[in-house]
Amino acid sequence: MSTATATHDDHHDHGPAKGLMRWVTTTNHKDIGTLYLLFALVMFFIGGAMAMVIRAELFQPGMQVVDPQFFNSMTTVHALVMIFGAVMPAFTGLANWLIPMMIGAPDMALPRMNNFSFWILPFAFSLLLSTFFMNGGGPAGGWTIYPPLSLQMGDGFPFMIFAIHLAGISSIMGSINIVVTILNMRAPGMTLMKMPLFVWTWLITAYLLIATMPVLAGAVTMLLTDKFAGTSFFSAAGGGDPVMYQHIFWFFGHPEVYILILPAFGIVSAIVPTFARKPLFGYSSMVYATASIAFLSFIVWAHHMFTVGMPVVGELFFMYATMMIAVPTGVKVFNWVSTMWKGSMTFETPMLFAVGFIIMFTIGGFSGLMLAIAPADFQYHDTYFVVAHFHYVLVTGAVYSIMAAAYYWLPKWTGNMYDEKLGQMHFWISTVSVNVLFFPQHFLGLAGMPRRIPDYSVQFTDWNMISSIGGFVFGVSQLMFAYVVYKTIRGGEKATDQVWEGAHGLEWTLPSPPPYHSFTEAPEVK
Amino acid sequence: MHKLAGISSALLVGAFTSAKADFALNMREGVTSTSQSVYDLHMIIFWVCCVIGIVVFGAMIYSIVNHRKSKGAVAAQFHESTTMEILWTVVPIVILVSMAIPATSTLLAMEDTSDADMTVKVTGIQWKWKYDYVDGDASGISLISSLDARHNEARLLGAKADLSQFGDHYLMEVDNPLVIPTGKKVRFLLTAADVIHSWWVPDLGWKKDAIPGFVNEAWTKVDQPGVYRGKCAELCGKDHGFMPIVVVAKAPEDYAKWVAEQKSVAEAAAASADREWTKDELLAKGEQVYTTNCAACHQVNGQGVPPAFPALAGSAIANGDAAAHISLVLNGKAGTAMAAYRNILNDADLAAVISYERNAWGNSAGIVQPAAIKAAR
Ligand code: HEM
Ligand SMILES: [Cu+2]
Repeated sequence: MSTATATHDDHHDHGPAKGLMRWVTTTNHKDIGTLYLLFALVMFFIGGAMAMVIRAELFQPGMQVVDPQFFNSMTTVHALVMIFGAVMPAFTGLANWLIPMMIGAPDMALPRMNNFSFWILPFAFSLLLSTFFMNGGGPAGGWTIYPPLSLQMGDGFPFMIFAIHLAGISSIMGSINIVVTILNMRAPGMTLMKMPLFVWTWLITAYLLIATMPVLAGAVTMLLTDKFAGTSFFSAAGGGDPVMYQHIFWFFGHPEVYILILPAFGIVSAIVPTFARKPLFGYSSMVYATASIAFLSFIVWAHHMFTVGMPVVGELFFMYATMMIAVPTGVKVFNWVSTMWKGSMTFETPMLFAVGFIIMFTIGGFSGLMLAIAPADFQYHDTYFVVAHFHYVLVTGAVYSIMAAAYYWLPKWTGNMYDEKLGQMHFWISTVSVNVLFFPQHFLGLAGMPRRIPDYSVQFTDWNMISSIGGFVFGVSQLMFAYVVYKTIRGGEKATDQVWEGAHGLEWTLPSPPPYHSFTEAPEVK
Repeated sequence: MHKLAGISSALLVGAFTSAKADFALNMREGVTSTSQSVYDLHMIIFWVCCVIGIVVFGAMIYSIVNHRKSKGAVAAQFHESTTMEILWTVVPIVILVSMAIPATSTLLAMEDTSDADMTVKVTGIQWKWKYDYVDGDASGISLISSLDARHNEARLLGAKADLSQFGDHYLMEVDNPLVIPTGKKVRFLLTAADVIHSWWVPDLGWKKDAIPGFVNEAWTKVDQPGVYRGKCAELCGKDHGFMPIVVVAKAPEDYAKWVAEQKSVAEAAAASADREWTKDELLAKGEQVYTTNCAACHQVNGQGVPPAFPALAGSAIANGDAAAHISLVLNGKAGTAMAAYRNILNDADLAAVISYERNAWGNSAGIVQPAAIKAAR
């Protein structure tokens, strides 16, 4: 296991190339991690701007801001940008920065591929966004791209498909790199069951990505040939089946939602013990829970399709399997709470975000459990109740974990402490506003408001207004985050090597900021 | 943090027990036995979540308050407990199994469409619904149900309409509602003409997708006469938000009256298709048909929204050969949002709307008689 470090032939410590070319040609895991994270931040604001358009139109009944077609493209591209452009690259950025430092390696195993997998992304998303300027406008058939509707898209259609292919290739390459790095480059003594949970969750996530991205690629390729090559995979008129697309899509799509949350579990499992000053409760059950979630995530996909008219046996199977997935998810939450129990806690910004994550992710888990009940889902499905569910797990879940990670490791990355006061302000404003934004959406969905509509009946006005106000505040308050990051990169109080009193793990043994090649000598892990 | 959790759980509990029109919080109980069992399941699982939430968040808040460094708490070093771990795996499994039992029986009942008293075929069309009465007294009745014209005008971008005139039903009113008898098990066969739609009336307790090329089944039995409203629930393109559903449940005698009325209207329409129409008649009728069926895309002023929705004013088709114009409207245009109106409109309506398109907005290409449509079918 130590061979990888030994064969590294750069014995002198050299720094990065100068100027812009450093970023274009870099093969350094930290530089690439930074690129991924900045890219994700830019996408977060682009996707966020689209969300502001959506909330502005929904502020009151009647059509005031945009036409319905553009509204549909806002909901569609908002989701695509946030999922594939913001959350996934942010996690990959964190993996790049942290995995080598956590396992005692000098860099990622496949540095050139690493560079390539990042630099595909700006092209993928430029392509996607360029469809707005083409005949027929941007994609407006929902991020799930269901045919036959998605086939009605204008000239931008093949560009959107190609953008998804590119983003998928990038993810697969990034995942292969992560798997190879984790399996081959651990420091001597770092057995699998000694790896930090962030490394474990990413290892499993990488396998999920490698297994499912090709499925998505296949599905969208079939869309492409249905549109341009005369095939009828998804058209009943030619012997195909539009529902088959949904099965294929969600066979990718449900593991995908766990791709968006497993690394978050890893982050929270790193932060909570640090600020509770107490070891993580149930390390091995955390690993097994992660593995069972990953396994179960492959057999629950049709809970997104309870209303398509499956045979009742199928509906029962997917209902039971979905309910089962709540068990390992619950184990995780119980373990975090037990880690806090009888700890000696302090609440710096990363801990605030982590605790916020646990509470609000659990609320999203509860609505998930409700959605799993198939007969009730016949009412919930395609309403704002579902919108509330997935924003609790994705915004106050995945995005909160990314914020927590940024605050937690920024001092290590930059050598400077972030501004604690601003960080806490950012947390509290975000947390109040995000709940004002998403909690009322449960009520709207239950009262009968479908999702993906630009205009609604007047009895839905009150909660929509409140939700929009929450949305605007949440949107604007994220500028604070960008400012804190900028300020920390520019300077600030110097961070110690360990940064946090309760921090354990190899990354905290390196200086802050760490050297360009993380561990040139493999550390010994006992 | 804990303050917030407190506020939101107070909001939750208080919220779910009151039921007002505005600030509505909870699922509707609806008017069928199905909707009632769905509501009950919803409430059980909701309370289960609340109880688990109180235990988990309670422990967490207790810990956050008491186990702080600032209060001098010293960290314990335990990091596993087999008993606890078995406990919190087994207890949730038991809860889930006891939840699965009523859910299963409700699901089986909902999917049992046998022994229906009558059948209605529901077809989703961008962006309206078509109802065909398949059997029984009403057999042969066929309705197209689209957003009411006044609502349709009010929802245009920038329209300054006063929405309060519509009460609680803005965007929830149609020209031809689906009428069903009370006390009868009505079976629905759902399909679509173009893209996937989803037929949803919350008071009936379910939604079901309408999928082109496939037929789904569902059923309902409404006991209370009344008007029940819903919407298309599956994203189906530009005007997805504007294809409401209105179901009117009538007592059997009133229903019979309605059926008789519809039959005579249908006969009159069939007769009118066989006679020669004047130009004025055609244009007047045509404008109506155009507004409900075509204006969503081609716009009231015939300018369309190019390139997705081409202009008709001055277009080659609307000013050219009538046969080509008729064929396009009858058969639609594959790969675009232009639907085939063959089975949506009758001969008189088609003749009227085509004549209107050929004479409005400066076009002047002559009229088309219903007989020409009949011949072209
Ligand atoms: C306890 C665990 C969970 C359960 C039982 C669960 C269950 C469900 C169900 C049944 C649906 C379908 C709802 C419908 O469309 O009618 C759904 C939708 C969704 N869930 Fe979850 N969920 C869970 C956790 C998560 C997590 C962790 C994530 C992601 C981080 C997630 C993301 C989503 C998304 C994105 C959708 C909506 C996709 C769409 O239709 O656009 N869920 N969930
Ligand atoms: Cu899922």
